[in-house]
Amino acid sequence: MAVVQDVHGHHDHHPSGIMRWVTTTNHKDIGTMYLWFSFAMFLTGGFLAMGIRAELFMPGIQILEPELFNSFTTLHGLIMVFGAIMPAFVGLANWQVPMMIGAPDMAFARMNNWSFWLLPVAGSLLISSFFVPGGAAAGGWTFYPPLSAQGGLGVDMMIFAIHILGASSIMGAINIITTILNMRAPGMTLMKMPMFVWTWLITAYLLVLVMPVLAGTVTMLLTDRHFGTSFFNAAGGGDPVLFQHVFWFFGHPEVYIMILPAFGIVSEIIPTFSRKPLFGYSSMVYATASIAILSCVVWAHHMFTVGMPAVGQLFFMYATMLIAVPTGVKVFNWTATMWRGSMTFETPMLFSIGFIFLFVIGGFSGVVCAIVPIDIQVQDTYYVIAHFHYVLVSGALFAIFAGVYYWLPKWCGRMYDEKLAKMHFWLSMIFFNVAFFVQHFLGLAGMPRRIPDYSLQFADFNMISSIGAFGFGLSQLLFLYIVIKCIRGGEKAADKPWDGGTTLEWTLPSPAPYHSFETPPVIK
Amino acid sequence: MSSKSVMTLVGSVALAFYSSMAFSSKYNFQEPQSVIAQDIYDQHIWALWICLAIFVGVFGVMFYSIVKHRKSVGYKAANFHHSTTVEVIWTTIPLLILVAMAYPATKTVIAMKDTSASDITIKATGYQWMWGYDYLQGEGEGISFYSKLSTPPAQVTNKEPKGENYLLEVDNNLVVPVGKKIRVITTANDVLHAWWVPAFGVKQDAIPGFIRDLWFTADKPGLYRGQCAELCGKDHGFMPIVVEVLEQEKYAQWVADKQKASAAVVTTAAVGN
Ligand code: HEM
Ligand SMILES: [Cu+2]
Ligand SMILES: [Cu+2]
Repeated sequence: MAVVQDVHGHHDHHPSGIMRWVTTTNHKDIGTMYLWFSFAMFLTGGFLAMGIRAELFMPGIQILEPELFNSFTTLHGLIMVFGAIMPAFVGLANWQVPMMIGAPDMAFARMNNWSFWLLPVAGSLLISSFFVPGGAAAGGWTFYPPLSAQGGLGVDMMIFAIHILGASSIMGAINIITTILNMRAPGMTLMKMPMFVWTWLITAYLLVLVMPVLAGTVTMLLTDRHFGTSFFNAAGGGDPVLFQHVFWFFGHPEVYIMILPAFGIVSEIIPTFSRKPLFGYSSMVYATASIAILSCVVWAHHMFTVGMPAVGQLFFMYATMLIAVPTGVKVFNWTATMWRGSMTFETPMLFSIGFIFLFVIGGFSGVVCAIVPIDIQVQDTYYVIAHFHYVLVSGALFAIFAGVYYWLPKWCGRMYDEKLAKMHFWLSMIFFNVAFFVQHFLGLAGMPRRIPDYSLQFADFNMISSIGAFGFGLSQLLFLYIVIKCIRGGEKAADKPWDGGTTLEWTLPSPAPYHSFETPPVIK
Repeated sequence: MSSKSVMTLVGSVALAFYSSMAFSSKYNFQEPQSVIAQDIYDQHIWALWICLAIFVGVFGVMFYSIVKHRKSVGYKAANFHHSTTVEVIWTTIPLLILVAMAYPATKTVIAMKDTSASDITIKATGYQWMWGYDYLQGEGEGISFYSKLSTPPAQVTNKEPKGENYLLEVDNNLVVPVGKKIRVITTANDVLHAWWVPAFGVKQDAIPGFIRDLWFTADKPGLYRGQCAELCGKDHGFMPIVVEVLEQEKYAQWVADKQKASAAVVTTAAVGN
């Protein structure tokens, strides 16, 4: 690969200081920037969540007027999904994919730089939209028209930000696909790739498939808003429900984009700390692929209350329930991997087990939501909020934490503080459940989502939930402290700090050299 | 863990689970007031039991393994990594369980969609931020009014103590007779809204420019409260729905009163000219 050669030639005299980061084409530098960016966005989105939970601490309006409250939930959702979770996974892929397949760098090193530097632009657009006349977008992270046709400049800034984020994701995905398909070390056949690489390969295909659809959707919204089209406006012959179909054709695969790499991380960590090979490797690969394919034909399960014909509702119900099968296979495989292993419970393992435990709860509430009659009751209530935080926070986010603790010794050549990290785990685990478990009850009892104020029967659970949320938010500052402490100093890490590790990155020195594999390793 | 402590654990989880259902409306769906809502309630409980069984099964095995198969107790790792038989079994069983959940749901979906042969048809229109009701057909035909939140703003801004039905009360209730099949047609004037009354198991988006419908038959007279369930802007949290279900005679009386009142309005208007 010509691009790679070029980078290779310069590796001893790359610029230092700020220019190192602005001009870098190195997968590790870029991975690092992705991860820090994602953490900054996580804190921003977390700040908004704290605002939401503070307002909902008691009945009545206290600190956020309804319109601002709606902006908070909207931007919280957008920032967490597009700013925190997705870039974190791309950051992990940047660091790990080349190392795990025995490559020196990513395939398109310069494009890699671009796909990162688009993100801060989009992030600043989203955040600064709070300060323009009319305020930030307030139509929910799903921005359904006609409501989203009503907002002011903030909505246009959101649309523009989504365009940029989409472009960045597509570039990142193409880069990952090309790297995985072309740059594997000799002997590493597809069916010998680590699971993390497999799940990212499949995720990248999903991204390339659905991000353009999202771009199309927001473009149609933009032209409806400013150029007189009526795609989603009934008065002009359009249909607001069309928007929802197109949005969720992107949106459902999107949720798998946020969970498949998490499956990959957990599938690396469980075998390492069980000192036993992953159970059912090939069925894991097939399960991931079938989840990805099924995820493209279930979108309207988010629309069971728009009034589809019965056949439509039934089709989407059956297809959605079917996803539970490959998902179940994964959980069973992880359990079987642990079975008769020789387990130890360092922080990455704790977060992985926490992931499985809570993700399964989110999976159960997912199946409950798939059953149309039940979903008609719980759709757009706090039950759904609980469901997707179980899969996004204790799912995607916990897996990201697990991955960071797992690979941090390789990245910076030092061990993190195990005691503090375990504390981070237990605090997150407990406060997460305090914050979100009670929301199931709130939803069942009838509390709608996206409301700044609620009737009195919901008061006690909301207070509990807010207390849990504040605790969860504070615990994440501990994570920041642990990571900084690890980078600053900390015990020197061995090349292979986890004795059960079998993938290629553990054959490199710690910290990993600037260019991962100058000469490709040979896999037998 | 000894098998006895496992049994105790399973027993107490099941008990906690069961007792939480007894407090119904706080931890569970509101008490069902229609056939459909009852079906939904039952299917949800059925789904919960299935989930609980799987949960206990999977995590029983996992936690047993976590306790026994750890390095610190000197357990040596085995080296197996697949078994086709096991994998076929744990793909098939979940499939069968899903069929058992989907079957009753399918019947309910079909029943929910059957809005034919209704006794009364009412149009519900979502506005930013209130509901409009028009009685289109059946007893009460021609009645039409708006229904707005009646909680005083001072309660929302914490200047006054909050009343019992805070945010769940309106100036004009939607009034229907008990035991009659009511068809509600939903639409909206501006943005999306959703008409939701949990006790009847109905929730239907109201879409500007389009109409959709739903039906319910109330089992008992009473007041049933719901809320708008689709984000519709600033006051989305402040446009509740209150359905007042009356005995047949009282309903007839209400219709008569309403019609007399509107006739009076028409007459005064005519006199005024
Ligand atoms: C610090 C932990 C978090 C807390 C306390 C929290 C809290 C909340 C709350 C209370 C809502 C409901 C707002 C409403 O409907 O009124 C919400 C919505 C949402 N959250 Fe979170 N959240 C957290 C983390 C996350 C993460 C990590 C994600 C990852 C993707 C996420 C994604 C979302 C999304 C997509 C919505 C829907 C927004 C909308 O309604 O448009 N949240 N969150
Ligand atoms: Cu979905
Ligand atoms: Cu609304």
